[in-house]
Amino acid sequence: MASVVPLKEKKLMDVKLGELPSWILMRDFTPKGIAGAFQRGYYRYYNKYVNVKKGGVAGISMVLAAYVLFNYCRCYKELKHERLRKYH
Amino acid sequence: MNENLFTSFTSPTMMGLPIVTLIILFPSMLFPSPGRLINNRLTSIQQWLIQLTSKQMMLIHNHKGQTWTLMLMSLIMFIGSTNLLGLLPHSFTPTTQLSMNLGMAIPLWAGTVAMGLRTKTKASLAHFLPQGTPFPLIPMLVIIESISLLIQPMALAVRLTANITAGHLLIHLIGGATLALINISAITALITFIILTLLTVLEFAVALIQAYVFTLLVSLYLHDNT
Repeated sequence: MASVVPLKEKKLMDVKLGELPSWILMRDFTPKGIAGAFQRGYYRYYNKYVNVKKGGVAGISMVLAAYVLFNYCRCYKELKHERLRKYH
Repeated sequence: MNENLFTSFTSPTMMGLPIVTLIILFPSMLFPSPGRLINNRLTSIQQWLIQLTSKQMMLIHNHKGQTWTLMLMSLIMFIGSTNLLGLLPHSFTPTTQLSMNLGMAIPLWAGTVAMGLRTKTKASLAHFLPQGTPFPLIPMLVIIESISLLIQPMALAVRLTANITAGHLLIHLIGGATLALINISAITALITFIILTLLTVLEFAVALIQAYVFTLLVSLYLHDNT
C-alpha cells in the first residue's frame, strides 16, 4: 500500500501498524540523535508542567516520584529478602 | 542484619553498570536556568533563595574574595540538594562517600591557602603565630598551628560524611526497630514511630545545615587569605 506522505516525516501516531518496524529502524540512533531525543523529552515535560504561569507542586513531585521508583527498581534485589514471607 | 545495614551505602550499579555519575548529575535537572526577566514559579523561588544566601554569605568578603561567589553558591546548592534528595526512600546519597567529600574539600581548601600564600605571603604566614605569645612557647605553637591548618580539609570532609551517614544509619535502625516492635507491643512501636518522625525532621535540618557549614567554613578560610 503506497503512503501519500513518505514514511520518514510521519509522526508516531500517524504510522500504520504494519509500517511500525521500518519506522523504528529509520530513526536516528547515533549519539547525537539519542541526545536530541533526551533533550526533546526533557523540554516537553518542562514546558508542560514547570514552565507555566501558575505551576504547582505537581511538576517537581512527579520527577521525585519517578526518582524514588527508579531507585526502588535499582535495589530490588536486596529488598526482595526483606519481605514478610514464610519462604524467601 | 550486619550486611543489610551498609548495603545502601555501596556504589550503585544497575545490571552491572555503575550509574553513580548519573545519580550525582541528577540534582542539576531540578535547577532550571532562568531565561527571562520574570520566570516560572520554580525558577523564581530558587532565584530568591540564592540571592538571599549569597547576600548573607558574601558580604564579609572584600572584592578579591567576592570573586569566589559562583564557586561557593554552586557548592551550597549542590551539597544541599544532594543531602535533601538522599532523604527520599531507597535513594543513594553521594555525600556519604568520603571519596567525594575529600574531592570537594581538598581542592577548595588548597585553593584558599595557595591564594593567601601568593597574594599576601607575609600575612598568611603570620597566621601561624598568634599575637602576644611568650617567647619560649613559639616553636611549639608554630607546630600546633600548622597541624591545625593541615587538618582543615580532613575535618571538612569527615564532618560532612559522618553527619550524613550517621543520620541515614539512625533512620534505618529506628525504622527497623519500629517494624519489629509492632507485633510485640503496639505502644512501644508508637513511641518509636514518634522518635522516627522527629528524627526525620532533624535530618531535613541537618541536610541543609551541613551544606551551610561546609560552605561557611570554606568562605572563612577564604576570608583569612584574601
